[in-house]
Amino acid sequence: MKFSYFPGCTDHSTSYEYGRSTEAVFRALGGELVEIEDWNCCGAAATHSINRLLSLCLPARNISKAQSAQVGPLVVPCAGCFNMLKRTEYALKNDEAKRKEIEEIVGFRYDPSFEILALMDLIVNRIGTEKVRERVKRSLKGLKPACYYGCALVRHPKITQLDDPENPQYLDRLMKALGAEPIEWSYKVDCCGADLALTYGNVVKKLVGRIVSMAKEAGAQCIVTSCGLCQANLEMRQEVDLPIFYFTELMGVAFDVEGRDQWWKKHMISPKRLLESLGLA
Amino acid sequence: MESVVETVKTGTSFLEEAKRRSGEDLSLCYQCLKCTAGCPTAPFMDVRPNNLIRMIQMGRKEEVLGSSAIWLCVSCETCGTRCPNKIDIGVLMDALREMAIEEGIPAKERNIHLLHEAFVQSIKRGGRVHEATMLIDYKLRSRDFLTDLIPGMMLFLKGKIPLFPSFIKGREEIKRIFEKCEKK
Amino acid sequence: MRKLGVFICHCGVNIAGTVDVKSVAEEMGRVEDVAHSTDYIYMCSEPGQQIIREAIREKGLEGVVVACCSPSMHENTFRKAVKSQGMNPYLCEIANIREQCSWVHQKDREEATRKAAEIILATLEKVRKNESLEPIAMAIDRRVLVIGGGIAGMTAALDLAEGGYGVVLIEREPGLGGHMAQLSRTFPDLDPALPGLVAKASAVERHPKINLLCYSELEDVKGYVGNFDLTVRKKATLVDWEKCNGCGDCIRDCPVEYASPFERGLGMRKAIDLFYPDSVPSKPVIDREHCQYFLDKGCRRCEEICPKKAINFAQKDERIELKAGAIVVATGYELYPMERLGEYGYGQIPDVIDGLAFERMLSPNGPTRGKILRPSDGKVPKEMVFIQCVASRDPDRYMPYCSRVCCMYTAKHASFYKEQVPDGQPYIFYMDIRSDCKGYEEFLQKTIEERGLLYLRGRVSRVFQDDGKVRVLGVDTLTGRMVEVAADMVVLATAIVPSPGVKDLAAKLRATVDRHGFLTEAHIKLYPVESSTKGIYLAGCGQSPKDISDTVSQASATASKIQALLSTDKLLQDPLIAFVDEGICSGCGICVEICPYEAREMDRRRGISVVHEALCQGCGACIAACPNFACELRNSSASQTLRMVDTFVA
Repeated sequence: MKFSYFPGCTDHSTSYEYGRSTEAVFRALGGELVEIEDWNCCGAAATHSINRLLSLCLPARNISKAQSAQVGPLVVPCAGCFNMLKRTEYALKNDEAKRKEIEEIVGFRYDPSFEILALMDLIVNRIGTEKVRERVKRSLKGLKPACYYGCALVRHPKITQLDDPENPQYLDRLMKALGAEPIEWSYKVDCCGADLALTYGNVVKKLVGRIVSMAKEAGAQCIVTSCGLCQANLEMRQEVDLPIFYFTELMGVAFDVEGRDQWWKKHMISPKRLLESLGLA
Repeated sequence: MESVVETVKTGTSFLEEAKRRSGEDLSLCYQCLKCTAGCPTAPFMDVRPNNLIRMIQMGRKEEVLGSSAIWLCVSCETCGTRCPNKIDIGVLMDALREMAIEEGIPAKERNIHLLHEAFVQSIKRGGRVHEATMLIDYKLRSRDFLTDLIPGMMLFLKGKIPLFPSFIKGREEIKRIFEKCEKK
Repeated sequence: MRKLGVFICHCGVNIAGTVDVKSVAEEMGRVEDVAHSTDYIYMCSEPGQQIIREAIREKGLEGVVVACCSPSMHENTFRKAVKSQGMNPYLCEIANIREQCSWVHQKDREEATRKAAEIILATLEKVRKNESLEPIAMAIDRRVLVIGGGIAGMTAALDLAEGGYGVVLIEREPGLGGHMAQLSRTFPDLDPALPGLVAKASAVERHPKINLLCYSELEDVKGYVGNFDLTVRKKATLVDWEKCNGCGDCIRDCPVEYASPFERGLGMRKAIDLFYPDSVPSKPVIDREHCQYFLDKGCRRCEEICPKKAINFAQKDERIELKAGAIVVATGYELYPMERLGEYGYGQIPDVIDGLAFERMLSPNGPTRGKILRPSDGKVPKEMVFIQCVASRDPDRYMPYCSRVCCMYTAKHASFYKEQVPDGQPYIFYMDIRSDCKGYEEFLQKTIEERGLLYLRGRVSRVFQDDGKVRVLGVDTLTGRMVEVAADMVVLATAIVPSPGVKDLAAKLRATVDRHGFLTEAHIKLYPVESSTKGIYLAGCGQSPKDISDTVSQASATASKIQALLSTDKLLQDPLIAFVDEGICSGCGICVEICPYEAREMDRRRGISVVHEALCQGCGACIAACPNFACELRNSSASQTLRMVDTFVA
C-alpha cells in the first residue's frame, strides 16, 4: 500500500497537526506515503484570481512529478490542495487544447490513468471502513462530532467527483467506524469564507459563527474537518470554544497512536478537556 | 435623460467576451436566483451574482469589472453546483477578475486583490507559500497594519508560522512556469 | 306509503368535518316512512354503493335520497346503483349537503347540521311524489356540420369522415387553412406549416364523406341535438368553380391590386384572386368591393381571358338547406387590432407589425419571399424588438387572459431573425415566459442557447417613430434600469381574440360566449369540448386561445365525442321536462314566447300549447310563466315544490 503524497504548504505551518496525525494514522494502517520530490505550492485560493493558466500549471508540476515517480496514486490530505489538483486534472482530461498548453509549459506528458485521491476518500473507500474498524483500540463512543466537509471536497462535483455535494457521508461513515456518533446537521457543506480570512474578518466571523453555532445547536461536541484552511478559520473566528479536529487526529485517538500531545498543543481551542471527559485523553 | 435611461446598444461584445473567456454560456441564465440564494458572500456584494450575469448580458462592462462582487467571491462553487443551467459562476468570476486586471480596472476590493498578489509572489519566490513573508508583503502593499494582528500573533505564538521560508530546489522551473503563464 | 332510504355521505371530511352526519342519520331514521337511514365515509365508492344496493334489496326500499355532493357529480352514479336493484332511477334523488351546506357553513357546525337535516327532509318530500319515468327516445340525423375550415375544423371533419359520418364543412373564406396557412414554421419542431396543412386540406377536399362549402356562412339554425335544420348561405364567388380549371390567367390579367388581408397588408392581391397562393381549393373569387366591373362596369378582363368561360358576374348568393345531428364550432381567432393600441402607435407606424404579419414575412410564399425587411424602406433591420403580452394580461384596458402562444412564437421569431441576420440584435420585452407544453421549455432554452437572445423583463411604455427609427422605451426590471432601444423594426405579440361574428353565430346556435366572446364549454374540466347547448361542440381558438397541438387534440376529442353521440339510431333524452295539462291550458301562448329553447309550440287545431319533448331542457321557465298553472315539470310538480318549501319554513 504505497501512495504518492502531496503534503501542501500548511503541512509545516498552520496544519502541522494534520500532517503529523496523517503520517501516524497511515503508519498504523500499514500504508506508506512517499512525498512528491520537491513539490511546490498548488496555488491555492489566490492564483486562479490572478492568472488562471498559472493556477492550472502550478498543480500540473506536482502531477508531473508524482506521475513520473511511479509509486501509485497521488494522495492529498488538504481539501483545498485536493481541489486545486483536481481542477488541473479536469482541464487535462477534458480540454484538449488546454492540456497541450499545460504540457508545453510544465514540460511533461499527462497520463490520463494517473489518479488523484483525497485522503478521506482513500481511507473510507479504498482502505475501507472495515479495516479502519479493525484498527480501533479505543472506541470514540460518546463523542458527538459534527462532520464538516466545507466547499473544496465536494464542489464543483464535476471536478471533485467525491460524495454527494449537498449531503456528503464519507466522513460520517468514518467517524461511525471509529465508534463516534456524528450528529445530523444542515451546515456540513456551507462555506466558512476562509478566502477572506485575512481581508474581511467580520464577514468571516459571521460565516464561521453560523456554522459553529449550528453545530453546537445540533448537539455537537466538536467539529471534524479535512481542510487546513477550514480548520484554522473555524478555530480562530469562533466565540464558543468548540474544538475543531482534523479527522486524522480522531483516527489517531481511536488507534491510540503516539505523540498526540504534540498535536493538541497546536490547537487554538484545546480539545483536551473534551477528550478527558470521554476518557480519551 | 441619459443618466436615467440606458440606451441598449448594438452588439454585446462584452457578453461574447465573457462567454469566451469563461467558457460558460451566460445567455442561458433565466434569473432564477439560485446562485445568489446560496452565496455565502452575496449579502456583502454590491452586485449580487444573478445581477452580475444580467449586467453582462446587457453589456455593462465597466460596472461589472469595477464591482466588489468579483472580488468578494470566495470560489466556494455553491452557485455552480446548483445552477440549473450549468453556468459555473465561480469560473466566470475568475475570468472577470482576470479581465479586470488586464483592463487595468482598479480592484474595488483592493486588499483582497493585494493579498492574492502577495500570495502568488510568495510562490514565485520560493515555490511554496511562506506565511510570514507573505503577510509582511501584504501588509506593506495594503498599508493595513492593524487588521487581524491578533489572530496572526496567535498563530505565531502557537508555532504555526515558521520564521524562515523553505525554498524548493526547482525555483528556476517555477520561475519559467510563471514567465510562460504571464506571457499568455 | 313508500318505504324510503336515506344515505348520508361523509365525503371524507368535506361533509363530516362540518355536519354531524351520525346525528342526522339517526334523525332521518326516526322519520315515519324512512325504513333505512345510514352514513358512510364515501357513498360514491364501490362499498358505499353496495350499502345502497343491499338496503334496497333487504328492506324493499321504494325511494332513495343520497345526501352528498352536487347532483352534477354523482346523481348518475346513484341512479345506476338503484336501477341495478330494479328501482326506477327517477325515484333516487340527491340532497346536496356539500356545496350547498358543509362547504359554505364550515364555521357553524350546529347550524350546518340543522340545515343538512332540512335539505334531506325536503328531498324526501320530493321523492315521495316522484313518478317512475323512462327516457325519451328520438330519431337522429347522423351527419355533422363543422363551422370553420382552419386546422381545428379540418381535423374534426376528417376524424368524423374517417369514422364513417357524413360531414358538411363550411368556411367563410374562399379556401381552407385558416390562420395556420399564414404561418411560416411552427414551434416547437420548426416544421414548415404549409405542407402539412395543404395535405390536410386536400384530404378534406377529396374526402367522399365531406361536403366542403367554401365562401359560405351559417345563416339559420333550427332544431335540436340529433335533428338540426340548417340554412347555409353560399356567397357568390362570381366564378363558376365547376368550370374553372385553376389556370390563373384571370388573376394575372386583373388590373386591380389592393392590400391583401391574408398578407396582413404587407403584400397585394388582385380583385380576382385565390385565398392565398397555395390555397385549397385552388379556385379564385372576385371581390365585389374592389373589382372594377362592380365600380363602373369598366373592366371585364377576367371574363375575356378565361378559357373556360367560368366568370359569371351575375352569380347570386345561394341558400342551401341541410340537416345535421351535431355541430362543431371551430371559428378560430383574430389578433387584437393594432389600431386600438395607443402606446404602440395605433397601427400607424409602418415598421411596427404584429405577429401574423411577421409570419407572412418569414413565409417563403409571403410578400417578401421569406426575407425579413422593414416595411417602410425594404432594408434589413439590424435592431429588432419583439414585445410580448401586447393587449394580453391587461385586465384594465385590454384582455385579462394569457394568449398562450406568444411566448413560444416570439422566441421562434427572434430565433429566425437571428438566423437570417446574424449581425442583428433581437431584444424581447416580456413579463414572464410561459412554456408549459411538451418540449416547449426545452425549445426555448435551446433557442436562447443557440441564438443568444436578450430578454428584457418588463412591459414597454411607449413606441414611437424618431428619425427613421422606432424608439422603444421600457424597463429591465432585472437590473432596475430604464432602457431604450432605437429599433429598426418592432413585432408586437398581440392578444388572441375571438373571430368577428362569433357572438351572432353563438346566438343562432343558442350557445353561450364569455365576456370576451369566447365560446363557453359546458364544464371547464368535465365537459371541455361540449358547449352548454346539447349537440353543439367546440374546437380550437373559438373556445380559448391555444396552440396548434392543443387545437388538434381538442378537435379530435370533439370528433370522438360526436361519434359516440351519433353511434346509435335513437338518442335518449332525460324525461325531466315540461308537460301540459291539456284540460287547463287556455292557449294564451305566453310559454311559447318565453321558452328559450323554442320547445313550446301552439297546436292551432286544439288551441293549446304543446311541448316539443326533444327540445325541452326542463328549465321551468314556462311553468313559472303559465298564468293557469297548466304546465308542470316532471318530478318537480308544484305540489312537490311547495311541500319542499314547507319543510324549510316549518
